[in-house]
Amino acid sequence: MSTSFLLLLIVIIGFISYFAGRARSFAQAGGKLSNLHSLPGYHGSYVAIWAILPAALVLGAWLIAAPVYIDASTRAALPDTVQSQGGATVELALGQVKSVAGGLKRLTAEEVSALESGSANLRSTLAAKGVALAGEGEPYMIAAAQHFNAMSVTNRWLMSAIVLLIAVAGGAYAIRNIATRFRARNQVERVMLGSLIVASSIAILTTVGIIASMLSEAGRFFTMVSPFEFFFGTVWDPRFAAAGSGGSSGQFGLIPLLAGTLYIAFVAMLFAVPIGLFAAIYMAEYASPRLRSTAKPLLEVLAGIPTIVYGFFALVTVGPFLRDISAQLNGLVTGNYQNFIQAQSVLTAGIVMGIMLIPFVSSLSDDIITQVPRALRDGSLGLGATRSETVKKVILPAALPGIVGALLLTASRAVGETMIVVLAAGVAARMQINPFEPMTTVTVKIVNQLTGDLEFTSPQTLVAFALGITLFVITLGLNIYALYIVRKYREQYE
Amino acid sequence: MTDIASPTVRISARPASAKRDIGIKRRYAAERRFRIYGISAISLGLFFLALLLWTVFSNGYTAFQQTTITLPIEFTEKVIDPKGERATDGKVLMTANYPLLVRDALIKQLGIDPSKRPLVKQATDMVSASSRTLLRDIVVADPSVIGKTIPVTLLAEANVDSAFKGQIDLSVDQSKRKVKDQQVTWMNDMASAGVLTKSFNTGIFTFGASSRPEASGVGVAALGSLFMMLIVLVLALPIGVAASIYLEEFAPKNRLTDLIEVNINNLAAVPSIVYGLLGLAVFINFAGMPRSAALVGGLVLTLMTLPTIIIATRAALKAVPPSIRSAALGLGASKMQTIFHHVLPLAMPGILTGTIIGLAHALGETAPLLLIGMVAFVVDYPGSPMEPSTALPVQIYMWANEAERAFVERTSGAIIILLIFLVVMNLGAILLRRRFERRW
Repeated sequence: MSTSFLLLLIVIIGFISYFAGRARSFAQAGGKLSNLHSLPGYHGSYVAIWAILPAALVLGAWLIAAPVYIDASTRAALPDTVQSQGGATVELALGQVKSVAGGLKRLTAEEVSALESGSANLRSTLAAKGVALAGEGEPYMIAAAQHFNAMSVTNRWLMSAIVLLIAVAGGAYAIRNIATRFRARNQVERVMLGSLIVASSIAILTTVGIIASMLSEAGRFFTMVSPFEFFFGTVWDPRFAAAGSGGSSGQFGLIPLLAGTLYIAFVAMLFAVPIGLFAAIYMAEYASPRLRSTAKPLLEVLAGIPTIVYGFFALVTVGPFLRDISAQLNGLVTGNYQNFIQAQSVLTAGIVMGIMLIPFVSSLSDDIITQVPRALRDGSLGLGATRSETVKKVILPAALPGIVGALLLTASRAVGETMIVVLAAGVAARMQINPFEPMTTVTVKIVNQLTGDLEFTSPQTLVAFALGITLFVITLGLNIYALYIVRKYREQYE
Repeated sequence: MTDIASPTVRISARPASAKRDIGIKRRYAAERRFRIYGISAISLGLFFLALLLWTVFSNGYTAFQQTTITLPIEFTEKVIDPKGERATDGKVLMTANYPLLVRDALIKQLGIDPSKRPLVKQATDMVSASSRTLLRDIVVADPSVIGKTIPVTLLAEANVDSAFKGQIDLSVDQSKRKVKDQQVTWMNDMASAGVLTKSFNTGIFTFGASSRPEASGVGVAALGSLFMMLIVLVLALPIGVAASIYLEEFAPKNRLTDLIEVNINNLAAVPSIVYGLLGLAVFINFAGMPRSAALVGGLVLTLMTLPTIIIATRAALKAVPPSIRSAALGLGASKMQTIFHHVLPLAMPGILTGTIIGLAHALGETAPLLLIGMVAFVVDYPGSPMEPSTALPVQIYMWANEAERAFVERTSGAIIILLIFLVVMNLGAILLRRRFERRW
């Protein structure tokens, strides 16, 4: 009986229990619904919950626990000679036993007995059925595999029987409880409240998951490379070691990546902040309602475009444009048509990322500027200040903390941005200050280290998690500080 | 209104001729400049939007047309099955030399001398290498075609396709371009004979990954994206709504719920690539799920979308006026009944709008999917979310990394398809809001 079929059966039992519970409550009420404490639907749901919930929980626990138990039992069934070699050998043998077990199911009875008597070769017999073995099979594996198969079958039957029994028993117990004064609604609502709490704890679990997974994987990385070397190293050269050669002596210096990340984010902010801020001021203070209602959504379209599209834009338009125009400029000045801006450069990535950030700056600042009370504006205008003077001398100072918060949030987005820099910034990890040359970022290196087929034991892959936690901490710090500033600012007017 | 102090009369006392210079000209000039800065900032933003869209559309609209060559292919038995073994050996039809059939048909069509090898090679180069599988599928599906001559529509090779669309500068010396003069002559001959035509490209919607630009499409990737969106919808919507109901309606104000709240706000701002790392460590390494499966992608995107949905749902719940709750409670409904029977239905338009916007965001997300192995060369449609698949934005990323010119066209075409999906989703959200939103 497959797991999904079992689940379906449980649901069917739940349905039946629902109607049974309803019918019973009707019967108890003697046809007069006002005799009941809860509506019949709640009685039905109560019974259904008792039928489904315990059974589903047991099923879940069983599905997690059973493979562990079966593996342990099969491991114990391996001959002592194998077990004495310990660790990796046992695991390897176990893996082979499992594939033999999978293969045995496809064989006919004669073929199995031929294998048992040793007259047929295990590997070739299985290969003919499309099951590839990692090595030559040993005779003991057949016995172990049969043990494994037998246990799996028993396990399946036992699990199905017990789970179905629990479902039926739960339903029966709940049906017995139904009476006219029984508070079924309160019981059902308690379960609902429980599930609401479980759902809201998923947000916490996500954070815990992020931190725990990063810390544990980064911890494994730091056992191979010292944290001092990582955080203060100035050379990034992970040197992908060939599998098994063991030569894992790369250099994992964070500084060049961090420098690139911050540099590109800085260029992007330099580009986005004036445009976004002026756009926000114009829209909040000058624009007619009609202009505002068309320009604001259009600018926000920029925020809805996937970043991969910006990356493509940088790759085919902005990068080549900067390269060609620099060649022309150079030619005009020196006569030597040699481009001084690379197609992939800090400038390219910064400009394109800046375009992406414009709507963030403008909508966040717009919200904050419109929050400044009318009275401040009127007071300044009434004293004879022009509108621009009002903006510069009154509104901006009042809105400053909020705008700083908005800019910090935008900066955190710039630091965590991936696709634009992957396509536009280049992969060379160097430390330099020329914005026309390529640099690389933390996010680019996370992608680089983790795409392709990799084993999760080498520092070359694990370093991605150390980079990830660095990124997480930086953006988290920026966000919390921004929220803190925004909250503090809000209190001023209320 | 505060009391206005009685006005002083000093101004009127001054003679009209001696106007005090308060720099009014300078100040008005500054005002004008300030306005111009504002207008130019907005126009610059809109200009970039236009430039971005123009880049994509001007590069991409041609991707929806494909040059094809329709040739009468003679399915000769001598080529396909020279030994007459196809009844006994199933592999014969699979491994037959189908390109030979195309070559023969081309020789006949163009009237080339078969002994001139370089010329023949140039001719066969004009037809996509995907013709092999196309002809094989025809023969395998219906072996009775062997021995007959049937007109078959073959894809033109990507460079010929580009040349026919006028994207290759033919005035350049032929050694510097990929389409030679002889091929151009043939191309024009076949075009005037009606053999080589441009038609709507259905392939870009149905094909999977391919190293040949003309034979690659987004069909497989779109199916992967669809699987992921379904998973996100099925998981994120109920969980998000349940979490927001608890936080908004039930949660006591204490440090734990305050923590959850700060937490959700922060999760919404965590870089998406961090979710990719989480998925890799938890779902793939720890839970042992398969790499590059749509299931893992869907789970990662669910976690990423949850904060967006929770924030939107809480705002929608908050917007329902307390009078509704009081009325329901006053009539004897329990708190659960009040929320599920009255508040939630009223908040639903806002919740759905937020969900659609969250889904649109998830649809365009690339970075976390790169880390969980979705950068995969997937040729066949995945049958279930557990099978290897890729996603629309990841397909765009992979094509963007290809060097060939024809792939730039395909990439832009794929971006247009993605943008159309996003526009439809966002329009849906706007319509939903317009249609059902209530102002209390």
